[in-house]
Amino acid sequence: MAKVILKLEHDISTDDIYPGRFMATVLPTETPQFAFFDRTDFNAKLKARAFPPGSIIVGGENFGCGSSREQACSTLKGHEVAVVARSISRIFLQNSINLGLQVVICPGIEASEGDELEITTDQVLNRTTGQFFDQVKLPAARKGIMDAGGLIPYTRSRLMAKQS
Amino acid sequence: MGMTVVEKILARAAGQASVKAGDVVEPRVDLAMSHENAALVINQFKVVYQGTGLEPKVWDPSKIAIIFDHRVPAESPKTATNQKMIREFVAANGITKFHDVRGDVGGICHQILPEYGYVRPGCVVVGTDSHTTSHGALGAFSFGVGATEMASAWALGIAVNIEVPATIKVVVKGEFPPFVGPKDFILHLIGRLTAQGANFKVLEFHGETIRKMSTSGRLAICNMSVEAGATSGIVPGDEETVRYLREEAGVADGISCVSPDADANYVRTVEIDVSTLDPQIACPHMVDNVKPIDQVLGTKVHQIVIGSCTNGRLDDLADAAAILRGKKVAQGTRMLVFPASSKIFGQALDKGYIHDLMKAGAVVMNSGCGPCLGVHEGALGDGETALSTTNRNFKGRMGNPTGFVYLCSPVVAAASAITGVITDPRRS
Repeated sequence: MAKVILKLEHDISTDDIYPGRFMATVLPTETPQFAFFDRTDFNAKLKARAFPPGSIIVGGENFGCGSSREQACSTLKGHEVAVVARSISRIFLQNSINLGLQVVICPGIEASEGDELEITTDQVLNRTTGQFFDQVKLPAARKGIMDAGGLIPYTRSRLMAKQS
Repeated sequence: MGMTVVEKILARAAGQASVKAGDVVEPRVDLAMSHENAALVINQFKVVYQGTGLEPKVWDPSKIAIIFDHRVPAESPKTATNQKMIREFVAANGITKFHDVRGDVGGICHQILPEYGYVRPGCVVVGTDSHTTSHGALGAFSFGVGATEMASAWALGIAVNIEVPATIKVVVKGEFPPFVGPKDFILHLIGRLTAQGANFKVLEFHGETIRKMSTSGRLAICNMSVEAGATSGIVPGDEETVRYLREEAGVADGISCVSPDADANYVRTVEIDVSTLDPQIACPHMVDNVKPIDQVLGTKVHQIVIGSCTNGRLDDLADAAAILRGKKVAQGTRMLVFPASSKIFGQALDKGYIHDLMKAGAVVMNSGCGPCLGVHEGALGDGETALSTTNRNFKGRMGNPTGFVYLCSPVVAAASAITGVITDPRRS
C-alpha cells in the first residue's frame, strides 16, 4: 500500500515533468533534482525525501505527452515513485518500461492526494474510498524488456546472444 | 487483407511477407537520428556494453545521423561540454552524417534529414525526438524513441519488439483558401482528434489536397501528427516525393515509393474539406485547444516566432516576407525568425526575404530550434504572450511557466507582428 502524493489533471506534458531548460542535464543520477521543477513545493518535498519509495503520482488522460526526453522518466525513477494514470502517451510509456519506472494504466482511476492505493497485478484498489479499478495491461510486445528488468539488460543479453 | 503503408514498410524491414496491426516485429533500422541528446544515448550505449567484454561499437556508422540544433550555439558550459563529448564519439565511430554548429551545413534535424536525402520512401527511421514523425512526409515510417531505445538500436541495428501500429486514414480534399494552408489543416485535425486521439496509431494522409501539397507542407503536417499522439504521420511516396528528392536533395540513386493496398485495413477514416477552413490557432496550454482565428482576434502578443521544424522553411519565410515587406513590427512586440537550416537561410538571403524581415524590425537568428523548447534565444517574461509557428504550447514551453503560447501559421504570425495583436491575414 502506498500514498498518493500528487494528483494531476489531464495532458501532463514532459515539459511539466522535466522542463526543457534542464535538458542539458542527462545522467539518470543527476536528473531527479529537476522533477516537476515548476511545481515548486512538490519539487522541494521530493528533494527533501519527504515521500517513502513507492509513493504514487496519479495522472489523468495522456500522461507524459510531448517530448521524447527520457529525463522525464529518469527524474521520476530517481525518486522511486510510481505513476498511475488514466492513459499514458506512447513515448513516455515506452521510456518508462525501458528504464523500469513503475507505470500503471488505469482508465477509471479516482483518487485524491493522501489516499492509500494498493496496486495488484490487474487492479488498483483505493483503500481510502473502498473503490477498485481495472488496469489496462501494458503492451505485450514489451514483456521481454520488462522481464529482463529494462532495456539495457535486455539489449545486453541480445548482444551477447548475437556473439555466441 | 491488404496492408497499409506502414504495415508494408515494417513487413519488408522485418523480412516478412506480411504483417498486420498488433503484430510484434523487429525491423532493421535504416536511419537512427539524434541531436544534442546523443549525449545521453552515448552514456546508455556504453552502459549496455558494461561487463560484456565487448568493445562498444555502433552497428553501422553510415546509418547514424547526429545534428546539433536544440541549443546552438551552446547556451551553457554544460551543453558545450555535451557537444564536445558527442563530437569525440562521432569521430571515434566514423559517423559521417554529422551536422555540427555551422553556417553552411547546419540546421534543425527535421530539415537536415530531408534536405540531404538521408530519408527515402520505405525507410524505417528512428529518432530521439518526438517530431521524428516529420519524415513520414517522404513516405518513410519514422517515429520518436527515448535515448535508451536509441542506444539499443545503435548496438543491434534493429528496433526491438515493436508493435505494428494501427492506421487512421485521413482523406483531405478541397483547395486551401488564400492565407490558409497545411499548418491550419493540421491544427484543425489535432483539434478534432484531440491530443491523444491517435496515440499508438499512424496517420496516413491521402486526397487531392495532399497530392498537390509541397514536401514542405507535408513535413509540417507529419511533424505535428505527434501532437495528436500519433506514432507517425505518413504521406505515401508519390511524384512530388521523387521530385523533391531529385531536385532539392540531389538524390541520384533509386527511389521506390510504397503505396497502401486498396483493401488495407484502417481503424478509422477521417475526411476533411479544407476549402472552407479558417486560419486556426492552438491556444494555451494544449495543442488540441484549437480555435478558428475569429475567437482570439485582438489578443496582445509580446513575441512573434517564425521558425522551427514545423514552419521555418523557405516558403514559410517567403510568405512572412511578402506580408512584412515595407511594413514595421509593432512597438511593444518583438519578432524572432529562425530559418530551419543554413541552406534555407542562404536561399532566403539570396531572395531578399531576410532583408525584408530585418528592415521590418525582425531579429533573424541562426538556424536551430530557437526558443521553441524554452532553453535560450527568446524566453518569455512573466505573464507574456507569444504567437509562434512552432508546434507546442504547453505551460512553460517557451521557458517561462507564467507565459502563454499560441500556435499559428507563418502568415498569421507575420500579419500579427505588424499590429502587435492576433490578426487575420485575410483582413490585414
